[in-house]
Amino acid sequence: MLTLVGEDRPGIVAGVTDALFRGGWNLGEASMIRLGGNFSVMMMVRGTGDVTEALRPAAQSMGLHMHVDEISGDLHQHMVPNIQVRVSGADRAGIVAQVTGALAEAGFNILELESDVAGSRERPVYIMNIQGVTETTLERVEQALDALGDVDVSVSSIETLIG
Amino acid sequence: MAVLEILRIPDERLKRPSEPVEHFDDALRAFIADLEETRRHGPGAVGIAAPQVGCFQRIVIVDVSNTRKPVPNHGHMVLVNPEIVHWEGYEMGREGCLSVPDYTGNVIRATHIRLKARDPHGAALEYTMEGFEARALQHEIDHLDGTLFIDRVVSRRTDLFRRKVYQKGGAKD
Ligand SMILES: [Zn+2]
Repeated sequence: MLTLVGEDRPGIVAGVTDALFRGGWNLGEASMIRLGGNFSVMMMVRGTGDVTEALRPAAQSMGLHMHVDEISGDLHQHMVPNIQVRVSGADRAGIVAQVTGALAEAGFNILELESDVAGSRERPVYIMNIQGVTETTLERVEQALDALGDVDVSVSSIETLIG
Repeated sequence: MAVLEILRIPDERLKRPSEPVEHFDDALRAFIADLEETRRHGPGAVGIAAPQVGCFQRIVIVDVSNTRKPVPNHGHMVLVNPEIVHWEGYEMGREGCLSVPDYTGNVIRATHIRLKARDPHGAALEYTMEGFEARALQHEIDHLDGTLFIDRVVSRRTDLFRRKVYQKGGAKD
């Protein structure tokens, strides 16, 4: 698992993937996104040798911090989310911790979490979208989040269409 | 009856547009029986289109009457030469495909559609449908036009921004 973070600029993805390609590394699942003014890359790569060496010149020239973890991950281990939770409320400390804490207690496994701050500078609104899997019912997840008072929470089931 | 082999990506034939059915005969109905058996054989498929088994004719089967949470539906439908004549609304939802193993993604589809089709004997059909059933129809009709859902996948983040724009200005992109 490869993690790269640095100030956003054009050409990061191209530079990183080109260096990996030249070093003979295969790319697997990846998530790359701009957060604030930074660009973050997380991806699974497979190959032999030292991936840090292969990437060092590119990472240095683009000012990217790099981190490598050896993992036993493999292809075809996807989990399909069955519940979606949307949260919005006045931006205040602790929203994420409270929501995710309640979800964890309800046995809800988060697969993906996205959040953003919308609204004006004076009245920021925190918006969060969580997708995950749980064996318990939608009602049980709703109950777990009921106590959170000042934030709007909507829980819906995700029915994945196969056709 | 037989379970037919399903074409899987990267098979180029999945991009091939299908032709309208002209003969509503026993051969057509025998093929539809096989297509239905193939759909049932797959893991939880709510629909299937003829080109997914290498038959490039405009035939789809959809049945969303068995979802985990019940949704509005017309039961089991066999639609020959289906044609969507009206679209309304949009919504994002997660899709997968018998022809695309081990991948699901978010796709924006119309929430309400009206469609015309023929039954296996050539009689005219007309349906108004919504939500998950409308989504299934759009997914299957895409197959008839050689389009896969992976050509339409969007990120949720995209959708979030689209929503805001739509709600405030009502503008279309
Ligand atoms: Zn499909």
